[in-house]
Amino acid sequence: MIRFENVTKVYDQKARPALDSINLEIDRGEFAFLVGASGSGKSTFLRLVLKEDRASSGAVYVAGQNVANISSWRVPRLRRGIGVVFQDFRLLPQKTVFANVAFAMQVIGKSRSVIRDTVPEVLKTVGLEGKENRLPHELSGGEQQRVAIARAVVNRPGILLADEPTGNLDPTTSMGIMGVLDKINQNGTTVVMATHDDDIVNEMRKRVVELRNGVIIRDEAKALYTSMIPVVGQSRRLRDASGREESPSAVTTRSEARAEARAAGEGQL
Amino acid sequence: MRLQFVLAEIGSGLRRNLSMVVSVILVTFVSLTFVGAAGMLQLQINQMKGYWYDKVQVAIFLCSDGSTAAGCASGPATPEQQDNLARLLESPAVAQYVNDFQFESKDDAYKHFKEQFSNSPIVDSVTPDQLPASFRINMKDPEKYQIISETFSSQAGVETVIDQRQLLERLFSVMNAASLVAVSVAGVMIVCAILLIATTIRLSAFSRRRETGIMRLVGASKMVIQLPFILEGVIAAVIGAALASGTLWAVAHFFLGGYLSKQYPDTAFISAGQTLILAPALIGLGVLLAGVSSLLTLRRYLRV
Repeated sequence: MIRFENVTKVYDQKARPALDSINLEIDRGEFAFLVGASGSGKSTFLRLVLKEDRASSGAVYVAGQNVANISSWRVPRLRRGIGVVFQDFRLLPQKTVFANVAFAMQVIGKSRSVIRDTVPEVLKTVGLEGKENRLPHELSGGEQQRVAIARAVVNRPGILLADEPTGNLDPTTSMGIMGVLDKINQNGTTVVMATHDDDIVNEMRKRVVELRNGVIIRDEAKALYTSMIPVVGQSRRLRDASGREESPSAVTTRSEARAEARAAGEGQL
Repeated sequence: MRLQFVLAEIGSGLRRNLSMVVSVILVTFVSLTFVGAAGMLQLQINQMKGYWYDKVQVAIFLCSDGSTAAGCASGPATPEQQDNLARLLESPAVAQYVNDFQFESKDDAYKHFKEQFSNSPIVDSVTPDQLPASFRINMKDPEKYQIISETFSSQAGVETVIDQRQLLERLFSVMNAASLVAVSVAGVMIVCAILLIATTIRLSAFSRRRETGIMRLVGASKMVIQLPFILEGVIAAVIGAALASGTLWAVAHFFLGGYLSKQYPDTAFISAGQTLILAPALIGLGVLLAGVSSLLTLRRYLRV
């Protein structure tokens, strides 16, 4: 569904590339986490899929099509096939829940009767039945994110990109959101989620692609947020096999990393 | 559905940006009024030129009932005198200076008079008898007017020979200068209008960047995203153009028709209805400048 072939993205000639010769394939119906520190290239990855930016070299394929070959007037059609969810929800504050979701259908010219039928259905999928007429500020953060997800999937895109969708939410609410995303994934939508949230990644046990300084340092199926042995260039089957054994030690690594970070913070103070 | 959506977007945009929209309306109104004033002066010049101005240079007026000129002591010109004059015009001595000439009978004169003064009350009090018949001459070289004048002034039955162009050209040069001034002022105001429209569209695009960002993400076409902004500018400009057209009409109706034509009954003025032919041009110009400036602004300030 999404394939990166040797993709490099350079924003500034003097600095290191944001993405450096990335090769990655995400299949139809897959659920993949994109993890890594800020500046590791997660957002650049998502922007390239949306053709918000042009790759400096290499080819990005979305749904079998090289996005570099999509003319500018056909970019909207590419984007109709991709739903996007953000950390800050990006709802329209003066529109109701229903109108926010309907907006995504109105602007691509869907008829009123189709909108009337589809929107309540989608709101039901994300668990917002009966809240159609609320305004965004009357909802909790988790509910607002559900509205944003409903808006992203209302046009039935094949791909859902989520850029830290749980970044503003507490752990319990986050798990609720993950349930919604999982349900959407079960319905056949490919989901790519960039995140910092280790609990969620560990809980979900989905494919994890870890980026560091624009390079993929790990690509594991059914994996955890951090791995004991960061390996590059190893075949996925091998890593799958070793995945189970890694888990306990991974937890230790994480707590160690936190202790280190705390120490560093105190040092700065 | 899409149309309804675009209309709703325009409505909310206009409401949100009301003060800017009002200023766009006023600036286009003033600038297009100046453009229209220049157009009106040209219309007025055409009106004053009348039927003969562009066709002939010299007119030989024959004696009529009321003539007081020395050559007309014997009363109105007779058909024989008229034939003599026509023969003289065709004689080699004169014909070398003349391209061609036409005879305007009293009835023709009345017809042309009625056309030219159709907007003036004077037309009702004039009869064909009061108007002189004339020969209208198209010169090979307009500078040779003196030769014709000397040859014909002394002929029997000729009241007067006049070079019509000379009479009107001074007035026209003043009016042309006035339209040039109006066009220059209009030019400055149009630049002003374009910049103001650009600023307005920019503000509008900025205040709605959240909406347009979402529209982009869900795959709205470039047209659906941009059209509300462009139409916003165009609607404001059209309102301005309509106001300008209305002002020109009011000037023609109340000032020219109601005041000047009574002060100067022997001058042909344009009618209020004639100014309305300027309205489509003004509205077209308004649409063009609003459309182009908002399109250029959006290309810079609205990512699609």
